[in-house]
Amino acid sequence: MTWFHPYALGRRAGVARWVIWLVGVVLLVAFFRVQVLASSRYRVRSERNRLRSIPIPAPRGVITDRNGAVLAESEPGYSIGLFAPSLDSLRSTLKHIAPLLRLGPADLAAAERAYRLTPYQPVRLRHDAPFDLVSALEERRVLIPGLVIQAEPKRRYPFGPIAAHVVGYVAEITEAELATGAIRGARPGLLVGRDGLERQYDDILRGRDGERFVEVDALGRSVREGGVAQNLDPEPGQPIRTTLDIELQRFVAETFPPGMRGAVMVMDPATGEVLALYSSPSYDPNWFIGGVDPRLWTALSTAEDFPLLNRATEARYPPASPWKLVVAALALSRGLVDLDSRMPIPCRGGLQYYNRYFRCWKTTGHGDLTLAQAIQYSCDVYFYQLGLKLGLGNLFGDAGRLGFREPSGIDLPGEIKPLFPASTEYYDRRYGPRGWTSAVALNLAIGQGENAQTLAKMMAFYAMLANPDGRAPEPHLVMGRPGRTRSLNLPAEQLAGLREALVEVVQRGTAAAARVADLKIGGKTGTAQNPHGADHGWFIAFAPADAPRVVAGAIVEFAGHGSAVAPMVNRIIARYLQGAAAPALSADYQLVLPADSAPEPVPILPDSTGRIVRDSIPQAR
Amino acid sequence: MAAALAAIGLATLYSAGQTDVPTGIADIWRKQAGWLVLGAAVAALAFRISPRLLEWVTPAVYWGAVALLVLTLVVGTGAGTAAGTRSWLAVGGVRIGQPAELAKLATILMLARQLGSRRRPPQSLRELLPACAIVGIPFVLVGLQPDLGSAIVFLGVLFAVLFWVGVEPWRLVLLASPLISLLMAFSTWSWGLWIVAVTLLLLWARPYLGEGLAIWLGNVVMGTIALELWRRLAPYQQNRLLSFLNPEVDPRATGWNIIQSKVAIGSGGLLGKGFLEGTQKRLAFVPSQHTDFIFSVLAEEMGFVGVAAVLGLFVGLLGNLVRIARDATDPFSSVVVFGVVGLLFTHVLENVGMTIGLMPITGIPLPLFSYGGSFLLVTCAAIGMSLRVAWEARSSYSPD
Repeated sequence: MTWFHPYALGRRAGVARWVIWLVGVVLLVAFFRVQVLASSRYRVRSERNRLRSIPIPAPRGVITDRNGAVLAESEPGYSIGLFAPSLDSLRSTLKHIAPLLRLGPADLAAAERAYRLTPYQPVRLRHDAPFDLVSALEERRVLIPGLVIQAEPKRRYPFGPIAAHVVGYVAEITEAELATGAIRGARPGLLVGRDGLERQYDDILRGRDGERFVEVDALGRSVREGGVAQNLDPEPGQPIRTTLDIELQRFVAETFPPGMRGAVMVMDPATGEVLALYSSPSYDPNWFIGGVDPRLWTALSTAEDFPLLNRATEARYPPASPWKLVVAALALSRGLVDLDSRMPIPCRGGLQYYNRYFRCWKTTGHGDLTLAQAIQYSCDVYFYQLGLKLGLGNLFGDAGRLGFREPSGIDLPGEIKPLFPASTEYYDRRYGPRGWTSAVALNLAIGQGENAQTLAKMMAFYAMLANPDGRAPEPHLVMGRPGRTRSLNLPAEQLAGLREALVEVVQRGTAAAARVADLKIGGKTGTAQNPHGADHGWFIAFAPADAPRVVAGAIVEFAGHGSAVAPMVNRIIARYLQGAAAPALSADYQLVLPADSAPEPVPILPDSTGRIVRDSIPQAR
Repeated sequence: MAAALAAIGLATLYSAGQTDVPTGIADIWRKQAGWLVLGAAVAALAFRISPRLLEWVTPAVYWGAVALLVLTLVVGTGAGTAAGTRSWLAVGGVRIGQPAELAKLATILMLARQLGSRRRPPQSLRELLPACAIVGIPFVLVGLQPDLGSAIVFLGVLFAVLFWVGVEPWRLVLLASPLISLLMAFSTWSWGLWIVAVTLLLLWARPYLGEGLAIWLGNVVMGTIALELWRRLAPYQQNRLLSFLNPEVDPRATGWNIIQSKVAIGSGGLLGKGFLEGTQKRLAFVPSQHTDFIFSVLAEEMGFVGVAAVLGLFVGLLGNLVRIARDATDPFSSVVVFGVVGLLFTHVLENVGMTIGLMPITGIPLPLFSYGGSFLLVTCAAIGMSLRVAWEARSSYSPD
């Protein structure tokens, strides 16, 4: 049969039509699935395809002092970013504009890394572009595909180094932090608080970034801005009102002897509000804005005097004579002594304890003293015996109860714990079970030995002492956030007696030269033995003595060389209580540091000065 | 019907050129309109040529086309969306056309001449050999360019024509079996099943012993060398096949086309985004949107309704051509028209199928839609010839 027979042809034509129809229907079904059933999914994808979101940085919250003076603010700045469809395209565009932006090879490498991390976000090239650069780029926008210029708030610290350690500073998020995703809303270029309140309250200050949508073509070039989709407004960070008094803080910074190292802290004992906190040497947080110059960074982080270290909270010192009040308070609260108690052995310039002789700072001796007088003259011999009477176990336990093994609780990051042994096991471990004697109690009683406290912790103790009921909230820096309250558990009259003794210190005792006219100040000096050089000087004081409204304390490293710790602190107190019109001190500055030292100082310091929060500080760009 | 398709095609092409992105394709719709006018002229010319004359010049046309293909292999240049291949013939730096497109038509004519002269459908593989050779020569030449898509079209034409001249379907399956074997060889399991199926088919159909053995051995050999062939494939060919299987393997590079195409199609929805309004197209996300992926543009802007209408037109066109082939007055014309059906069908199936991921991506144009002169002229010529056949059939009836 021939194939060209109408019947055969008709049959095959039928088959062919069937096949054509079948294929048509199959294709139609396929399109139906994609276009009708899965349409919404593809529509979303198509939007995502063409729309790129650019974060609108939320301005960080303002940090003010207690009176509203601005300590940290955000001011307008411009950042320059680049969208790129591929790494090659990024490279070629960069090659084009690198001279204009003054980008070095390191910047280019960083840009490539950033691109690999987040290819769908603009790569940030400059964060702090000056206006003339921005306008120069705007002119060439057509030639630079994918260019993104956006307003990006910059941080500014009007008071610079004055409040650096309290306010802290911000820096760009690191690549490592981006990779871990531990930070909420992390994106390249995000400013993260690195130190001080900026770090402590980072979450509150940071706010929430908004989103801006830009239409891009297949090559990633920005085609149109605005109107393509609803923008998401940024949520600005919340402001923080600190307890600082910036005028007082400035006075502190100016009063602190230039070139010396140390810290000053001023607080309201009743509320725990910190009025001033200064650490010297300081640095200018404005240096960190827009990335630190690597050389500056190296200089800062390797400097011998560690400007980045907050010496009020991140450095430990032997508490020395100010610690005697702790011992006195512990003995009083246990009922072992009262303010008029005398010790069996009067001070003859030293105390023989078994085979060792423990000297008093006054080699001629103080004679027979009551507790109040012993505080006034800071008699070591009296406190050696008080320490023995209290006993090591009580000393360990009660000091722990008052929190001398815990941070002060101040709301600053990186505060370190004071060191104080918890039990005799510490000595067993350190010196071997037979390597030590109960003579350590003598050292501990006068604030030497295995004891190292921060200024913040000692201030917290003196705040308790200054309050009529012996209770005080932990120091804090942000308004309305008091921490927990600790108590000395002493009756009011004993507290008043201790304060009276401390007033005597300033009136007639070791700090007699630091009197301020018309002001009744109570305080305690101290000299922390320093095996590395001159001794460190302490002075912690409160005023007015009958109803203290302020506690101020200072630690000055190597103060043995003629600095004036007590007069400085008293000037600060006078300035706070009497304003700028405070009368001068009754005497010239003079070293008022008793040599109330321990026989065998244990080198504890500086164990913390070497510890710097290096990891938390971003790598220099 | 062809005119309607051409109009929609031109409009879509116009739209495809309208992007927010500066491209070189904004004005090509004008050129295409020019080609279309020329195409109409060619169709009119083809309509005037008697099938007898056509049959007479067929060998010359065929061998001329083959010669051109050989010439292309030697001096051809790449262009446009297939820049890596040598499929263009240029004279003095001006590209004058893609000989492969002409060869498709020439092959159809040659097949028609060869098979149409037979009274009886080929009964054995030996009798199929001439037809295979006619297709095989351009197939190999085009495959060498390399242009896999066009090469596949030749196979589509071959099988369509063989079916039309009455070769039993099982024989076609056997003929195709080595190729299928090649595809099945990706998995040992599927290939094993296929070999069993082929064996059973051979036992049932009982062709000549030698032929049966040859087919069986061909299957085995193909299955064995598949891996080696795969290694020899150009990486871009490998990637295309791989991303056909799973486009998300490499969404930025090889899977990009199909993903973007599907996104464009899917986001079109039922009614589409409106003429000229396709965002994917406008921002040039759709790859080769004026040629290979023009259907994606149509689907994005016109939605499912537009797709259905255009597919309906194509089905109608093909159905009409089948009817013309059936009613043709002589075997040659009939085979020619059905060859055109095979040609257009393969093109539509492959092109539309690939935009939605049903077919691997090959750069073959959508008839009457895609930008490109050579294929448009060929299509017009083919349609012109078909109309002539239809006219002759009608006029042969009318005297009665």
